[in-house]
Amino acid sequence: MIRDPELINQLVDTIARFVRERLIPNEVRLAEEDAVPPELLAEMKEMGLFGLSIPEEYGGLGLTMEEEALVAMEIGKTSPAFRSVFGTNNGIGAQGILIDGTEEQKAKYVPRLATGEILSSFCLTEPDSGSDAASLRTTAVRDGDYYVLNGTKRYITNGPEADLFTVMARTNPENKGAGGISAFIVEGDTPGLIRGPADKKMGQKGAHTCDIIFDNCRVPAENIIGGKEGQGFKTAMKVLDRGRLHISAVCVGVAERLVEESLRYTMERKQFGAALAEHQLVQAMLADSKTEAYAGRTMVMDAARRKDDGENVSTLASCCKLFCSEMVGRVADRAVQVHGGAGYMSEYAVERFYRDVRLFRIYEGTTQIQQLVIARNMVREAS
Amino acid sequence: MKILVAVKRVIDYNVKIRVKADHSDVDLTNVKMAMNPFCEIAVEEAVRLKEKGVATEVVAVTIGPKASQEQLRTALALGADRAIQIETDERAESLAVAKLLAKVVEQEQPGLVILGKQAIDTDNNQTGQMLAALTNLPQGTFASEVVVEGDQVHVTREIDGGLQTIALTLPAIVTTDLRLNEPRYAKLPDIMKAKKKPLDVKTPADFGVDVASKVSLLKVESPAERKGGIKVASVDELIDKLKNEAKVL
Repeated sequence: MIRDPELINQLVDTIARFVRERLIPNEVRLAEEDAVPPELLAEMKEMGLFGLSIPEEYGGLGLTMEEEALVAMEIGKTSPAFRSVFGTNNGIGAQGILIDGTEEQKAKYVPRLATGEILSSFCLTEPDSGSDAASLRTTAVRDGDYYVLNGTKRYITNGPEADLFTVMARTNPENKGAGGISAFIVEGDTPGLIRGPADKKMGQKGAHTCDIIFDNCRVPAENIIGGKEGQGFKTAMKVLDRGRLHISAVCVGVAERLVEESLRYTMERKQFGAALAEHQLVQAMLADSKTEAYAGRTMVMDAARRKDDGENVSTLASCCKLFCSEMVGRVADRAVQVHGGAGYMSEYAVERFYRDVRLFRIYEGTTQIQQLVIARNMVREAS
Repeated sequence: MKILVAVKRVIDYNVKIRVKADHSDVDLTNVKMAMNPFCEIAVEEAVRLKEKGVATEVVAVTIGPKASQEQLRTALALGADRAIQIETDERAESLAVAKLLAKVVEQEQPGLVILGKQAIDTDNNQTGQMLAALTNLPQGTFASEVVVEGDQVHVTREIDGGLQTIALTLPAIVTTDLRLNEPRYAKLPDIMKAKKKPLDVKTPADFGVDVASKVSLLKVESPAERKGGIKVASVDELIDKLKNEAKVL
């Protein structure tokens, strides 16, 4: 749902310009220093990028899913690590509190998430558990006015920097399923919350992940999201729908950037007396990438509109995540291929994007998890 | 003090300009439009003067088609308080624009009028100067620094071979050069709020100004493609070529 086309055009134009003039010229620096330059971080906060999906009453922009998708596609046109910094505040780090939190919890944290004053993280994955609720081992045991958390969370995006964590922990050891899990808000300076060293990753330099270890970490009982036990996994799943569409939109943006890079290079570079872009086998790759990026854009916009209309888009969000993340992988592969030897050199952006996009098929639910979600939903709806 | 800022809707500076097949004009179909970059600098300067407490109100004005309201919204998002659009689909030329602006100046009585030194579409570089003549106000063109002191504005101008600083008695007209400031990006929440700021729509007839074009456009052509250069082996060869081939020596 686009509430006001003129307004959204202006938002998208402003972001596109910021991406083009400020972020793209700093991509190499981001990768080399493995950190978002502090002045850019300040500019991103100032601009309001941390509150895109947070309602206006909490100081955000309150974008609808369709509007957010358009914005995410523009942001996708630069290194995904830039987006990662404010991605959690707009997505998995804030949505749990927004969707299922109590009024007090929202009032306490959400306005500060919208401005980027505090940075948030989402702790679901564990060394032996990912999207599988049954094997989640982190425990939370009630002790008076507190819960005592113990366990290890793995690959936590923004973990080294976050001020606030949404943590999934098992409050009922009897219930091995999703119903035994609760979601907690844990502040970063809580004693017993230990951050592991930052992980060394294949790509997306500048975006950091690490282990978060809870060692008898005492969390006030009022910090259980929504105020009651057993809702955590449901909260996590609700958060993921929006997140999956957001990531799909980012994949589309990256794919469009890679198409632009491929087109520019192949129109300039000459082989056998003609620009690469004049050769039919190269044209086939350009056309395939353009078509796939367009297909991705179309399906994300459709699913986003349906979500805004109140439809349950759980299946469609997974379809988008599955297709768009795989699609951008193929587009990145072709982008390297049309660049030839240059595509293997770090001097060209496509080499970096080729590594960066590999993550899209893995996080926020792997391709295989999306396949399971889609097929299980299909069977359930048909039976 | 009130500041009036003039803004113009032009083709976005990133767009590759194409000429229509029949050479009648520049092709504007599906072309992205934006605020003229020199006008952005003008808006930025006005907003900075307001932030410093020098100005109390910033009014943005544009002359153009209905769609030019987008550029006024941009000015409002950047910090202007209200906006005036004088709507016309005519290709208003510098003098017509200056006449309309003179009427707005008469009505609004600003202490300072800030305009871009030129627009990147037709590069006329006339409107500010014409406005100064029509209103009989002092002008400081090609400003690279603007300092308001009491009832004067000190304008540092970029001129051939250096800088010239002049003092103008307010009210005055200033046109901006590239190095005056670096315009900010609009904050996203401010873009949302700009929708609620007042925007008055007028017509040239309201001011009794005829904007009909006095110039007929005969033909538009793309600039000739540049040929690749060559490397010469020696200074003697260079001089020989300059004398005998280019015939410039």
